[in-house]
Amino acid sequence: MTEKPTVKEQFRSGIITNNPTFVQLLGTCPALATTTSAQNAFGMGISVTLILIFSNLFISLLRKLIPNQIRIASYIVIISGFVTMLEMAIKAFLPSLSNSLGLFIPLIVVNCIILARAEAFASKNKPIPSVIDGLTMGLGFTVALVILGSVREIIGNGTIFGLSLFGSWYEPAVLFILPPGAFLTLGFIIALVQKLRARRDEYKRQREIETRRRKREAGI
Amino acid sequence: MTLSGILMLFISAVFIDNFVLTKFLGCCPFLGVSSKPDTALGMGCAVTFVMTLSSAATNLLYNYILVPAELEYLKTVAFILVIASLVQMIEFFLKNKLPALYESLGIYLPLITTNCAVLGAALLNIQEGYNFIQSVVFGFGSGVGFTMAILILAGVRSRLHFSNPPRSFRGIPIVLITAGLISMAFMGFSGMKF
Repeated sequence: MTEKPTVKEQFRSGIITNNPTFVQLLGTCPALATTTSAQNAFGMGISVTLILIFSNLFISLLRKLIPNQIRIASYIVIISGFVTMLEMAIKAFLPSLSNSLGLFIPLIVVNCIILARAEAFASKNKPIPSVIDGLTMGLGFTVALVILGSVREIIGNGTIFGLSLFGSWYEPAVLFILPPGAFLTLGFIIALVQKLRARRDEYKRQREIETRRRKREAGI
Repeated sequence: MTLSGILMLFISAVFIDNFVLTKFLGCCPFLGVSSKPDTALGMGCAVTFVMTLSSAATNLLYNYILVPAELEYLKTVAFILVIASLVQMIEFFLKNKLPALYESLGIYLPLITTNCAVLGAALLNIQEGYNFIQSVVFGFGSGVGFTMAILILAGVRSRLHFSNPPRSFRGIPIVLITAGLISMAFMGFSGMKF
């Protein structure tokens, strides 16, 4: 990376233009598995964010010490160390979250987002931008998970964050909190994102044509 | 453990608790390398192979090293290292002894290290308290389940090339919806509780 991105650009990129779940399609396993409710999704998102911040910080600090040939193995050891700490902390302080996320807390180790950010960003940048990168990518992941979890919870259970939204007349479509619902919801959301991006690109193209035309007219 | 019990464990790992379609383990390769049936089969075989061996290795490691040393909390770190070195060893072995198989697995072999299905199987074995034989059967069954799911998806996807979905659904969204429909079909097996 030759030019340094500003903090604002990093936030924009992590949350919107390069959203890890909706645009880059990284870390689909936890995104599908832990979004049965908005609350679980939020817990998972925050856990991943914490791991991303700490692993990015330490990998960035150690980037000159780690030999290039064994860098992936070193990253995995660093990441799994933090994941173990987080797992123990969640078990001690938030036992209900630990029960509902279960296996997916230790599986953060093999989450592609974390290794991808370590390889693509933290190993090449100074500690502070790396921490910000971890924070923004983590927030992007959290936002995506909460959207996915909310949609599934509203349709599948008629609630959001445990609060009932509709009256007793609402018959929840349980399918959406079962496994197939995860695939369907993510499919529809990504389709929507693609539609919005296509529309934005089209708008940009139109504007470019317009400015070019104006310039030409002004030149004449 | 009776023979029928082992058979039940195998069947439930393949159909009822299918790794990809009901537990969402190994979704990345499931969506990533399922565009052609033959590559999907290669990936499935590689995963099954590594999963069976790593289930055996991690079970022994946990019961004979981590538990006596009271280091159970290090299981995630230890398992990922075992899996990574196992993948590396298998790669060396296949390269020298079975070059034909090595060629056909190609890039998929190193990618398996970061496949969450492999680590997931190792951790589930410990969580469920399976003994050595059960762990191996569970690892193998889960691998077969993964192979089956990825093959079905690859088969459907090779047909999708000739279809004409709405523009926004092209690419990954239609694949996800296909996976959702396959997953719905697999829900039918959940009635088969033993």
